[in-house]
Amino acid sequence: MTTSFVLRRIGFYVLICAITLFFAVPMLWIASAPFDASPGLGVHWPDWTLENVRKTLDHPYAMHSMVNSLLICVTTAVAVTAFAALASYALSRVRIPGRDALLYGLLLLSSVVTGTAAMVPIFVMMFQLGLIDSRFGVALVMTGGLLPAAIFILKDFVDAVPKSYEESARVFGASTGQILRDVVLPVARPGLATIMVWAFVNSWGNFLVPFLLIRSIDKQPGAVLMQTLTDEGGSVNLQVLPVFSLLFSIPVVVLYLLVNSRYGFRFHGGIKS
Amino acid sequence: MAGIDIEGLATVYPNGVRAVDGLDLHVADGEFFALLGPSGCGKTTLLRTIAGLETATEGTVRIDAADVTRVEPGKRGVAMVFQDYALFPHMSVSENITYPLKVRRVAAATRADVASRTAGELSLDGLLERKPGQLSGGQQQRVALARAIASEGKVLLLDEPLSNLDARLRLEARTFLKKLQRDLGITTVFVTHDQAEALALADRIAVMESGKLRQLGSPREVFARPANTFVANFIGSTPMNLLPGKVLGDGTVSVAGGSLPAATSSTPTDAEVTVGIRPEYLTLSTGDVNGPALRGEVVVAENLGTQSLVTVDCAGTLIGVTVPEETEPAPGAPVALTAPASRVLLYIQDTGELLAAEQASVV
Repeated sequence: MTTSFVLRRIGFYVLICAITLFFAVPMLWIASAPFDASPGLGVHWPDWTLENVRKTLDHPYAMHSMVNSLLICVTTAVAVTAFAALASYALSRVRIPGRDALLYGLLLLSSVVTGTAAMVPIFVMMFQLGLIDSRFGVALVMTGGLLPAAIFILKDFVDAVPKSYEESARVFGASTGQILRDVVLPVARPGLATIMVWAFVNSWGNFLVPFLLIRSIDKQPGAVLMQTLTDEGGSVNLQVLPVFSLLFSIPVVVLYLLVNSRYGFRFHGGIKS
Repeated sequence: MAGIDIEGLATVYPNGVRAVDGLDLHVADGEFFALLGPSGCGKTTLLRTIAGLETATEGTVRIDAADVTRVEPGKRGVAMVFQDYALFPHMSVSENITYPLKVRRVAAATRADVASRTAGELSLDGLLERKPGQLSGGQQQRVALARAIASEGKVLLLDEPLSNLDARLRLEARTFLKKLQRDLGITTVFVTHDQAEALALADRIAVMESGKLRQLGSPREVFARPANTFVANFIGSTPMNLLPGKVLGDGTVSVAGGSLPAATSSTPTDAEVTVGIRPEYLTLSTGDVNGPALRGEVVVAENLGTQSLVTVDCAGTLIGVTVPEETEPAPGAPVALTAPASRVLLYIQDTGELLAAEQASVV
């Protein structure tokens, strides 16, 4: 073992430590600040208290915005999964000329549709539909934005479902609906779960769409409310914000754990390879 | 139970490939029927057309005298086992077996009954609650068969039923499959590319090439009297010797520097023919022989277990002959090959068809 090798290893681990620290500090802040009697922007051992939690729960809009977030994101996730399942099944099984071009086109457009570039036309459209200041409207726009990518990802999962499953069911007399319900969807379930979580997480963190489309503060989701958590003087409300951030991160973590424990496996064995 | 009648059937793919090309076929009630051919010969397409998974472009398919050419697969009364078995991975064995009944909305109690009875018939007891992923290859195959049987089709279609099993299990499954078919008496059509499998299992074999039927007959007929050189080449675990020859006047053919007896009554003298003779039907002698024979030198001997395949160089032509174990001559030894006239087949040289005069002789 040469000296240069040892030095290289030391350098490597120092670098790893620095990177770890960079990501760990915000995590430590979010774990400690909510329970600190004098929360600041630095990380230090907290002076334990539950006063901040009480203040957050008493905040007029904080808890309500969580409910709004859940409402919008559950609607979006369910709608994205349902529509993407039907669309990807059709796209995977029916031969249409120019299908792949269509899919790539959709994928390309999706980044534009939810992107900043399309915000003005979307705003005008939603205004004319009378869906400004509506949580349903927000869910609709986010569904539209997520669908192309969702279809694209889910089509891969459906493509991987062997055709002989469906043909086998067909020979036994199953209708298309029965085939989809009994065979294709259960087999593609890990894919559906992935899409649902992905859609939920994406809409949960989406700031731009609700920020532009929702006016009443009592309809705002957490992602928008967070930036308005200031005290009377206009500076950041450091008593509410850390607790709110912690609460805001919980659903996503819980969802990941839940889905991973339920669907974190793939079915196999029906096809002899 | 029912027979299958196929008339003038053609299945053409969108790219213009005629996978099945004008086929006539009758499968009798209760028959175990094999579709045999090399990959890409259209045998699987034919099976799928019978099942209704491919649409026939021309011709008709009748099952139990009813025209089903344009009928949905589920309404034809066919049951099919796929090459990959296609067991639904999220369903238990019992759910898999009774899925055909669930589709028809049969009551759950009846379904449970059928599941346990069918599982019993196919020695799957005790496995009903397992998922397909927890079964061995042989068990998976039996579940797929059980599911097909439980669907109570009039006709059972099997796509390469044994190809996914390892060699030893395949022999076991072969015996099992043949016994099961005998016991059920269900009309069964199966596809295979393995000639040994077709010979062992089927009552009758249809040998196919490029979507066309090349020979239809019992395993014995197809093995002993191939109708053309294609079938002759394809059937048999040791390849048939196909040699250019010339008909001589005295009931023999001249081939590879020697001669063999043959039924030449209706073939003009001096006609150029292809002489076909199976290695199994040739007799190798190290001593002197009387009458027509081929003479040559041993090149190599390959051990096949109970017999050996000896390659003999007869005037520059290599001829295969099988001999019983432990009687292999040493390489370089001079030997003579003889064969009975009934085993020497003559084919027309350019078309490869068996010469009609041969029909008279005994199989």
